[in-house]
Amino acid sequence: MSEVAIKVEQLSKLYALGQIGTGTISRDLERWYARIRGKEDPYAKIGQINDRTSKGSSDFVWSLRDINFEVQKGEVLGIIGKNGAGKSTLLKILSKITSPTTGKISIDGRIASLLEVGTGFHPEMTGRENIFMNGAILGMRKFEIQRKFDEIVDFAGVAAYIDTPVKRYSSGMYVRLAFAVAAFLEPEILIVDEVLAVGDAEFQKKCIGRMKDVSVNDGRTVLFVSHNMAAVKSLCTKGLVLKNGTFDFYGTQYQAVDHYQSSQLANASFMHEGELELAPGNQNIRMLRFIAKPLIGDSLSISSGVHFEVEFYNYKENINLDVTFELVNMDEVVVFHHGAFVCSNKDSKKAAYIVIGKLPPNLLNAGNYRFNIIFGENQRFGLYSKNDVIQFELTNESFGTNSKVLPGVVRPEIAYEIINL
Amino acid sequence: MAWTEVIEPKSKLFDLKFKEAWHYRDLLTMWVKRDFTATYKQTILGPIWFFLQPLLMTIMFTIVFGKFAKLSTDGLPQVLFYLAGVTIWNYFSESFTKTANVFKDNASIFGKVYFPRIIMPLSIVTSNLVRFLIQFFLFIGFLCYYKFSGNPSVQPNLMILVTPFLLVIMAGFALGAGMIISSMTTKYRDLSFLLTFGVQLLMYATPVIYPINSLPEKYKIYVMANPIAPVVETFRYAYLGTGAFSWGSLFYSFGAMIVLLFVGIFIFNKVEKNFMDTV
Repeated sequence: MSEVAIKVEQLSKLYALGQIGTGTISRDLERWYARIRGKEDPYAKIGQINDRTSKGSSDFVWSLRDINFEVQKGEVLGIIGKNGAGKSTLLKILSKITSPTTGKISIDGRIASLLEVGTGFHPEMTGRENIFMNGAILGMRKFEIQRKFDEIVDFAGVAAYIDTPVKRYSSGMYVRLAFAVAAFLEPEILIVDEVLAVGDAEFQKKCIGRMKDVSVNDGRTVLFVSHNMAAVKSLCTKGLVLKNGTFDFYGTQYQAVDHYQSSQLANASFMHEGELELAPGNQNIRMLRFIAKPLIGDSLSISSGVHFEVEFYNYKENINLDVTFELVNMDEVVVFHHGAFVCSNKDSKKAAYIVIGKLPPNLLNAGNYRFNIIFGENQRFGLYSKNDVIQFELTNESFGTNSKVLPGVVRPEIAYEIINL
Repeated sequence: MAWTEVIEPKSKLFDLKFKEAWHYRDLLTMWVKRDFTATYKQTILGPIWFFLQPLLMTIMFTIVFGKFAKLSTDGLPQVLFYLAGVTIWNYFSESFTKTANVFKDNASIFGKVYFPRIIMPLSIVTSNLVRFLIQFFLFIGFLCYYKFSGNPSVQPNLMILVTPFLLVIMAGFALGAGMIISSMTTKYRDLSFLLTFGVQLLMYATPVIYPINSLPEKYKIYVMANPIAPVVETFRYAYLGTGAFSWGSLFYSFGAMIVLLFVGIFIFNKVEKNFMDTV
């Protein structure tokens, strides 16, 4: 029977939006007065779901709302979700940096959290001094650090520079040293936030390896927040998906990643039917159609190229109207952000326009892509923008005998020149 | 099931987490050490600043208040009188000012990692204690010089044995008041502007540059109501032999310190959990 390491019940966190500071004394008094009468916080009631795209009427939002989950000992839980889904807030509460508004978290075991590597590093101090300082901040005793010291230095690979002030370190060395200290902590529960986004590929591999080591061999519990789906799949055993601060999905890491990715996906084409005023948009722009289709052949693949096309109705007259396309891949990497002027002589008309773009064949790698679109004036003022308008998949094509998807954001055709000397 | 830890919205009022703070004791010593190495890393004079700062202040006081304003120093050599006041006062004011800014100065660290926040104020009073000891030796040097050059008004006495007690009171005041201010500045930044001014004002309300005996009787009681005043007076009485000293006023100081310290810890405890949301 497995034991529970972390139990989260009805966890919520309310945040104040906008300017803090003006009128807070009167507001504080009001809240305080409500509290002593045993009433609910008058400002908590009007808190709303954290959806950043629509501006709410209230100054308070629920960054997390009614989150419940359990983590078993030895499990590696991946927490995924879009930016602003509440992942970081959850980690901050778990690591006691801020406290929840309501709810309860019960923890069995010592927690160490790595929301950032190198916290408390002082540039003037040597690597050695910083290892001790950082270790102590993370809750290690001096003798524990002493015992692990050689391993830490070894893992970071900075033995030659250990008595040099860290301001002389390259940024890579700095990060390696910082991660190494944390990696050799011995907490029962380790919380990691995207630290793997730093360092080179080799070091990232090392980090993932170390974290696997910690969970599999030492039986420790790890909570891991990442946008890197590949890392989540290879490292985690369970996945939790958050959406706008609320619970969305819980399951194995594969189910969770699938759920997340498919919820990200919009339709392959977008077509508005019916009245113009009901089409997505605002008083400036109404979007009517957005499609992506192959340039060559009849299915989208890495060698088909992509023809993408948007049709919209413009209401703003006599401006320099522009449209920008943003292509985002599965790993949330923006592949390009590129646009064009629809009208550049202040001569826009109240009319429908079509903008067509063509991506050449053999440019993008296989995978799922999404289009965001931004309409603007003079490439400076946004008129209307919409994320995830459409989604499409570029299928893979085998390369020689290799039928696997090759790594990389792009997969261009390169004419190599071979010189035999 | 026995949980190691339960995180809930509200903590108990005086949940001091001494055990946890004790676990982090190495961190405290490291902060203290780092404070020293980091402060003087970029300076030319380095640790000499420890001596220079009180010396300059004493010289300034001697010129302005002693020579120009001709304030009484109870018949004591002016340099010694001011140096005594500056030495003990600085311990309070430096610890207080730094503690009062503890959330603001450490926001980046506090925002990324948890450790018992109380470690920070504690390390501030500790590192200032070391600073005080260094300045104290400077003061003792001057004291010996005046004593052995045969100045009859300088009369150190057995009261010097209460020095540790005086330091405890000063540390308590700095911690208590500092934690209250720091907790409030997280929300109301205006306070940090008032802080420098407030500390200066408090110095004039404390018999640092004048002996309490030089005051008219009717004002004395107001100055003695300031709980820091008896500490400064006792310090001067112990080492120089003149000053208004009574056990009563000293215990009044002590009592006030305990109250302030508890209020400080109480507010600090309340604020530390959520200050990242407002800072």
